Formats: sequence, structure tokens, C-alpha cells
Amino acid sequence: MFRTILMAITLFGLWLAMSGVYKPLIVGFGVASALFTTWMVIRMDKIADDERLVVRLNPLRFISYTGWLLVEIARANWAVTKIIMAPEMPIKQHFFRVPFSQKTDVGQTIFANSITLTPGTISVEVEDEFFWVHALGYSDQDVEALEDMDARVSRVETI
Amino acid sequence: MAELVYDWVILLASWGLILGGSAFVMIGAFGMLRFPDFWSRLHAASVSESAGMLLLIAGMALQSGWTLVTFKLVFIALLVFITGPTSTHAVANAALVSGLRPRDDVDGVEGAFPDLEAEP
Repeated sequence: MFRTILMAITLFGLWLAMSGVYKPLIVGFGVASALFTTWMVIRMDKIADDERLVVRLNPLRFISYTGWLLVEIARANWAVTKIIMAPEMPIKQHFFRVPFSQKTDVGQTIFANSITLTPGTISVEVEDEFFWVHALGYSDQDVEALEDMDARVSRVETI
Repeated sequence: MAELVYDWVILLASWGLILGGSAFVMIGAFGMLRFPDFWSRLHAASVSESAGMLLLIAGMALQSGWTLVTFKLVFIALLVFITGPTSTHAVANAALVSGLRPRDDVDGVEGAFPDLEAEP
């Protein structure tokens, strides 16, 4: 019940933020659509299994991880920009395994998406204990950098 | 006077960010044209998607100040931050599954690849 009320309030808050027009009619539409969506979710819960997305992350560590990730994205962008602009384009493609240590699905998704977000590496395939990653300008330091990122994501998890 | 200086600082910073973001979008497009194959072009596209998108949105947020527009811009940035890598992964995975193998400059053609036959 608490979750349902929280969801209805969140949906209505999102409507208010996205709309920006605060006339009674428009706000009334917002209330109606938030209630309708909540009703649909309750209805779907009866049919679908009640498996919920469980997020076991430490919020403070998640924020500091995001800050670290932004710096990494900036550095990786610069590295790829240099490859693009260099006349001879020093591409060194490599396709390799990157083991992950996260225990939750959300943690693994954060790690895989972080790999893809930093230009120069893309996570392509998932297997039981590792990702297949494609790198544009591979160097041996990449393995260490990805191990470091893996450990940082695992530290965000609270499990 | 102080307010005028502040306005100018914000204006110049936002223009710097917007021009920088545009430059990264151009560099990404340039890389898409220059790079030799599908796998390397994916990496060029992610330059536009990450640096270009983030700088452009930061610049636009400075232009609009503390308004609802800025909130929407932050929301868009978060959305692209999550959906961008997910869609890149989907495209790369589809290419791999349909049999397109990247050139491997480290291990040569004998490079290791996932055993797709073993998948359900």
C-alpha cells in the first residue's frame, strides 16, 4: 500500500515537473493520469508475478562513483578524440573477457553500462562470470582500469 | 555591476560548453566517416553520445538558469545516460549474434570469441 501511494505521488510530481502549466484543468488531467497509471500497475500486479526490482546500492557511494565515472568519461573521450583526429588513426581493436564481481543484476548493469559509456570500450556479450568487451585502442593498462572500475562498482553494492 | 559580471560569466561559460559539445558531436560524426569498419564506428558514435550530449545539456542548462527547463534537461541527460549505452550494447550484441566478428589487432584472426552455439 505504501509503495502504491508513493508511486502515485511520484507520478504526479513527474507530471507537474514536465508540464509547467498549472491551470486547474491541466493539473486535473495530471491527477487523473497518475491515478489511471497506478490503477493499471495494480491490475498488472495481479496477473504478472510480483517480482520487483530490488536496488541494493549505497546512495552516497553511488553519487561518488558517478562523479568518478564522469572524470573517466572525460578522459576516455579525449583518448578517442585523439585517435579520430590523428592522421594515421592508431586503431588497435581487441575483443576480450572482463570478469565481474557484482552480485546483483543492478550492479552488473551499472558495470556493463559504465564500460559502454566510456568511449573506446563497449560491452557486447554477457556470460556467467564475465563480459565480452570490445576495445578500440587496446592497451594492457585497459585490463587494470577495468578491474579498478569493477571493484568500485562492487563497493557501491550493499550486499 | 556585480550582477552584470555574473551574467556575462554565465553567458560565456554556457557558450563555451555549447561550442565544446558541438565540437564533440562533429568529432563523433567525423570518426563515423573515417573509421574503417562497424566495430570501430560504434566507438566514434559514443563520443557524440557522451561528451557531446553532456556538454550541450550543461550549456543549455546554464542558459536557462534555475527553471523548470533545467530540470527537464537534467532529466533528459539522465535518460540518455541510461538508454545510450543500453542501445549501443543492443546494436553491438545484434552484430555479434548475426555473425559479424571484429578484427582483432592483438590476437590476430585467431582471437577468442564467445561460443554462440552453446547459448540456448
